[in-house]
Amino acid sequence: MTMFSQNPLMNGPNYSFSQTPTMASGANKEHSFYPYTDNGGSTLAISGNDFMIMAGDTRSTSGYNINTRYSPKVFKIGGTTSSQDDATLVLSVVGFAADGHALKEKLDAIVKMYRYQHGKPMSVKACAQRLSTILYGKRFFPYYVTAILGGLDEDGKGAVYSYDPVGSYEREQCRAAGAAASLIMPFLDNQVNFKNQYIPGSGEGHALVERAKDPLPLVVVEALVKDAFDSAVERHIEVGDGLSMMLITKNGIEEKFLPLKKD
Amino acid sequence: MNHLPQAWGRPRDDVYGPYDGSYLQNDGPNQHSQSPIVTGTSVLALKFKDGVVIAADNLASYGSLARFTDVKRLRKFAETSVVGFGGDVSDMQYLDRLLNSLDIEEAYGSTGHTLNAQNLHTYLAKVLYKRRSNFNPLWNQLLVAGLDGEGKPFLASADLLGTTFSSPSLATGFGAHLAQPLLRKVAPDEETASKLSLEQAVEAVKASMKVLFYRDARSIDKYSIAVVTKEGIDLKQDEKLENQSWAFAEQIRGYGTQVN
Repeated sequence: MTMFSQNPLMNGPNYSFSQTPTMASGANKEHSFYPYTDNGGSTLAISGNDFMIMAGDTRSTSGYNINTRYSPKVFKIGGTTSSQDDATLVLSVVGFAADGHALKEKLDAIVKMYRYQHGKPMSVKACAQRLSTILYGKRFFPYYVTAILGGLDEDGKGAVYSYDPVGSYEREQCRAAGAAASLIMPFLDNQVNFKNQYIPGSGEGHALVERAKDPLPLVVVEALVKDAFDSAVERHIEVGDGLSMMLITKNGIEEKFLPLKKD
Repeated sequence: MNHLPQAWGRPRDDVYGPYDGSYLQNDGPNQHSQSPIVTGTSVLALKFKDGVVIAADNLASYGSLARFTDVKRLRKFAETSVVGFGGDVSDMQYLDRLLNSLDIEEAYGSTGHTLNAQNLHTYLAKVLYKRRSNFNPLWNQLLVAGLDGEGKPFLASADLLGTTFSSPSLATGFGAHLAQPLLRKVAPDEETASKLSLEQAVEAVKASMKVLFYRDARSIDKYSIAVVTKEGIDLKQDEKLENQSWAFAEQIRGYGTQVN
């Protein structure tokens, strides 16, 4: 419809007289400009005992079109150089890419300033609270993104903080966000938090004993991330092209890139 | 002739009824553009071995009317970058003035111009994002072509929402549907694009312009094409589509002379 109403008054050049405004002056006109769009894609974060992995596909879409096959949504935050070599935190943003980019730039600037002023990197806990405040600061014109923040906490344990667009946040073991969140999250519930897994023959009904919730080793988590995205790519058209992963350990951040199906 | 000059150019009351001047009042809320008016269609661009090729036709449409047939939609910046504009033409002209003043401001620096295509793209994307955040968008999709800080070919897009992305080939508007598949066949990834010759790139872009002229009703066969390399910009603004073949049209029912 909109493609045929490019002219201010009705459809196309016309006589002006039948179109003089009939609306009472002062009445509010509804804005037809919608400031958001969805650029698709999915992100995923899993924490372990002494590491955490943040991953996101690199496809950017608009409707059924692919804008580009390489537009990463996982970023290092708060390094002292433009290469972010000494960064200790990672942020992933999925949803409206322009807001995601603006949010990332803003958080990065704040964390950098903290580092210059305090002479030490910001803790994940502090950064998590700050990110929430930034998001809530735009409560009535939100950044239309689902953010996930990752790093190592004060005890060196992997930390994942997940957000909604207006700043509600929570520390979790793992989180999937974006277009294929509904496909990936149940898989994670089962494979990371061992939901619905019981020890065979341990009893009947309520007497069944749940599988112990032991943290997963790095190799297993990395395999889970790859499997999760390979599966999401099969079933979701907005996910694909490439997988960008950041692995945080006490040795720093390691970046990995894997191809995904491009169809 | 009416003897009151105030009435000149106004619809006659006896024919059209009293003139409704309510919209001429400027109290009430600020009016921002809610839709584009005079528009340009697709812009295409493709990276190659040592630069970028970018093209756009010379038509500015008013709805379905081909209103202005000699509007140049590619713009040089500082002899290092080219910006291609799709969407609203008045907003394009505003951005053109904005870039002119930026150009002058930058030229005053003691080191001369330091803005490359990447810097220019960041600047334009921030302008567009700020305007959308104020609910007063500049109704354009832009392609910025040139070289980045390391002298490598640079190509990126920015639109009225502030969305940005970069790719070996890009096409706006109708071109995203018709031309992008053709360009991606020539340069599926960065590595392939970095091996393309200038001739191959120009040929692919010209072929895409022709396909667009065949099928995009808001296009024209006159276009501009620019090649950006480290040697400078070669901008041609009065090109004409060559070797058109409308033989395919005869095969289409209802398109040619057949009756049924």
